[in-house]
Amino acid sequence: MPPTRRRALRALLLVAAGGFAGATLRYFVSLLAAGPAGTLAVNAAGSLALGALVYEAVGTSALADEARTLLGTGFLSSLTTYSTFAVETAVLAPLWLVANVAANYALGFTGVLVGRALALRYGGEAA
Amino acid sequence: MLVGVGGALGAVLRWGVGEAVRMERYPASTLVVNVLGTFALAALTFAGASEDAALLFGTGACGAFTTFSSFSVDVVGLVEDARFGAAAFHAVGNLAGAALAIALAWLLVP
Repeated sequence: MPPTRRRALRALLLVAAGGFAGATLRYFVSLLAAGPAGTLAVNAAGSLALGALVYEAVGTSALADEARTLLGTGFLSSLTTYSTFAVETAVLAPLWLVANVAANYALGFTGVLVGRALALRYGGEAA
Repeated sequence: MLVGVGGALGAVLRWGVGEAVRMERYPASTLVVNVLGTFALAALTFAGASEDAALLFGTGACGAFTTFSSFSVDVVGLVEDARFGAAAFHAVGNLAGAALAIALAWLLVP
């Protein structure tokens, strides 16, 4: 198999494995906290972790590209979800609808900023 | 198990969209997967999918195909680059796109 095809296949398998784990963990969280609360929890936690992962790559990264693909594109992006958030939000009463959008957006963005701060502070020789 | 298999499928499809939809200055692929995935999940929900189908395709595939973490990272990155218009467009656009997708699914699915 040519090297480029082999690389693409490896990336595909890593994304699939990460996606399997991320979606499964999200499902377990939904069993513990059903509905918007569980979705908010995975979205906030996943945004924090992805923020740390992405900004850890600024400067010298301790992680290989393949670990990044597995964790970021595979696991964390599948742990968090926009579709479930949107469909759950759509059936809420108006006040809760606004509160749920505000909570997901606020915790998602804050999560990235916290993850970024942690990565820039503790990540390798970055920055 | 169903959720995991669906999740693997959704993640691989999202990766495929990411490879296919590349814009220099705007994270278009996140918007595309979030709107399409929300439409699919809403359609499944309105169609009254069986429990297994809901776990495989809804929680698994649609849940993993769409992403909130990449969306959040996109918005913070645009703000960091002082591209406030694009950041606001992304934040509102994903929400408006998802709302339209749900409305469309509601109209199309009997």
